[in-house]
Amino acid sequence: MTSHAFAGKVAIAGIGATEFSKKSGRSELRLAVEAVKAALDDAGIHPSEVQGTVTYGTDTNPDVDIARSLGFDDLTFFSRIYFGGGAACGTIQQAALAVNSGVADVVVCYRAFNERSGNRFGAGVQGRAPIANAENAHLASYIPVGLLTPAQWVAMAAARYLYSTGATSEDFGRVAVADRKHAATNPKAWFYQQPITLEEHQASRWIVEPLHLLDCCQETDGGQAIVVTSVERARDLRQDVVIVDAAVQGSAKGQDMMTSYYRDDLCGLPEMGVVARQLWETSGLKPSDIDAAILYDHFTPYVLYQLEELGFCGKGEAKDFVKDGRIELGGELPINTHGGQLGEAYLHGMNGIAEGVRLLRGQSYNQVEGAEKVLVTAGTGVPTSGLILGKDV
Amino acid sequence: MPTEFPDHSDALAKLVGEPSGPVELSPEAVNSAMIRHWVEAMGDRNPVYLDREAARAAGYRDVIAPQTMLQAWIMKGLRHTLDLEAARAAGTVASNDANSTMMALFDDEGRTSVVATNCDQSYVRPLYLGDRLLVRSSIEAISDPKQTGLGHGRFATSLMEFFAVSNEVAERGVSAEELVSQAELVGTMRFRILKFRPGTGATAVVAKPPRPRPAITEDNAFYFEGLRAGELRIQHCTDCGTLRHPPLPGCGTCTSLNWDYVVSEGKGELYSMVVNHYPQVPAFDYPLPIGLIELDEGTRLVANLEGDPESWAIGQRATAEIRALDDELSLPFFHHDDTQED
Ligand SMILES: [Zn+2]
Repeated sequence: MTSHAFAGKVAIAGIGATEFSKKSGRSELRLAVEAVKAALDDAGIHPSEVQGTVTYGTDTNPDVDIARSLGFDDLTFFSRIYFGGGAACGTIQQAALAVNSGVADVVVCYRAFNERSGNRFGAGVQGRAPIANAENAHLASYIPVGLLTPAQWVAMAAARYLYSTGATSEDFGRVAVADRKHAATNPKAWFYQQPITLEEHQASRWIVEPLHLLDCCQETDGGQAIVVTSVERARDLRQDVVIVDAAVQGSAKGQDMMTSYYRDDLCGLPEMGVVARQLWETSGLKPSDIDAAILYDHFTPYVLYQLEELGFCGKGEAKDFVKDGRIELGGELPINTHGGQLGEAYLHGMNGIAEGVRLLRGQSYNQVEGAEKVLVTAGTGVPTSGLILGKDV
Repeated sequence: MPTEFPDHSDALAKLVGEPSGPVELSPEAVNSAMIRHWVEAMGDRNPVYLDREAARAAGYRDVIAPQTMLQAWIMKGLRHTLDLEAARAAGTVASNDANSTMMALFDDEGRTSVVATNCDQSYVRPLYLGDRLLVRSSIEAISDPKQTGLGHGRFATSLMEFFAVSNEVAERGVSAEELVSQAELVGTMRFRILKFRPGTGATAVVAKPPRPRPAITEDNAFYFEGLRAGELRIQHCTDCGTLRHPPLPGCGTCTSLNWDYVVSEGKGELYSMVVNHYPQVPAFDYPLPIGLIELDEGTRLVANLEGDPESWAIGQRATAEIRALDDELSLPFFHHDDTQED
């Protein structure tokens, strides 16, 4: 595989977010509009210059409503990506494809919701009307049995991972401890100044065995937007340029939505393997070139899986890799320097892309000195996506 | 403080053993028309109720009535019941039998709410076409006051004794009381009610809502139909033979869209498991253990695990028992396989 045509030619020019809260007191659309406006302001681009939009299939905010709210002119590109948080880095790939092919010069990617005060994913899907379509029929294997929530779907794989690899709940806990350590020094994080210990992780109540409360991301009200344009255009704008070195999507054989329980084993995320293979091949980079990683962390177990799939360690070795502060600031591979979705906010992975940008601009509250390459991943257990972002040379 | 109510224990004790009312004679003899309606409504396909040859082959001298119809033969219909209630309300029919007296005493004790708690029937002999039934009812027992989940109340048990005479004997014009002395006991029924003071329940009794329904499409209907029929079905590619679950319209191995199913033995190994604690959805009991079972046929499925969650571990053998949760939904529940050798 050679490089993708857009690699190195497209940049992230702006990032913007609302505050992250448990009750925004505003509509989801208002949050989306605020985030898009902030991202365009960050870039120094007037809303009338936006030509394209990308969001998640699950986002409730119509692009045309944002366009009317902010006075966009004509749009020539609008796209949505399904599979929940798996869409995150895929939105940047869509934007990169559009920008590099001349379809749209400026594309805004956004995600906004009241996921805490409004529709909570963690409440489960039992209320969903059993309309006879394939999306609902997929859930027919789980809903009548009582396997209803994302935490429960992940836990089924995680239990087998513990059994097969000899990892323990404490190894999951080390991810939570690292995230919360980073959130503690990020004033934008919900859990600012609230680090946790491994003992507190172990003592937290069961949500679904083998997952404790502190293995689970928070629920957040908020919005995040990212502005994508060409590298040339970005160099004329307000911020230091962050290059899209690679932007890829991945779905793998035997893929299911959160419940890929029928593959040979449950100790991998083959779709993240598809992402990893493309990230390395199209960027020409290798794991040791990466200075920091933002690994999607709705639930801690899949962070261990990702370290293995991305090649930061061997299969079954993540339980050793996460020890001794290796994934914390100052370690060999700092992850989730913003605090992740456990510590900063659950924005369906979009806030992780923004942190990748800040690290390369030197704007993170937990700056990795000299960071030149940052890897970002999207939702796990679903068809997913990934990015490698680089500093402009 | 609740209102003080009188205690009628002594008066109630005197009613025990008394006839609830007069002996009743069934309006018609046991007949095939009513039997046919009953078995149609119940979906009972046993031929001994309608087919003389089948009944004889089964050792009966003729077709028999379903035994659970026992009380149905003496029921006089809705119009009769409504007319009787209206007459009592108008005072044109006296209600001084023991049953009416008992109910009035309960009401006076503040126990104005009623719920039927259980009904047990026992059968002495089958009922044949032409049998004419009589019923003699009495008050068998009245409990001391008890605090129940529904409220502070007394249980009352009615005993109904069913007798049969031939239709010819019944038509001779003698009284029902006299007929009983010549009749044969064919069955009994005990019917228990709770009369309680409303609003005195220890806890609100909330019925558990049904489990959330699966979405049924043309692709997965056979699976849920199979469970209702007591079968755990696995989709089977008729071109390459690959088994697959969950159901899909096509075979990922050979791309064929042709399929049927095989019926699983329902035995397998626990491949993974979780124990749900939160959120607690009212349709389920928590902690809720759920397993991913690798069936011996090779496919996996997600199913509920029976018993103490702590008793389960990955790698253990498990056996399915298919259970109906309600009229629409049956599911496999896995318990420990006791037949395993290790
Ligand atoms: Zn096939």
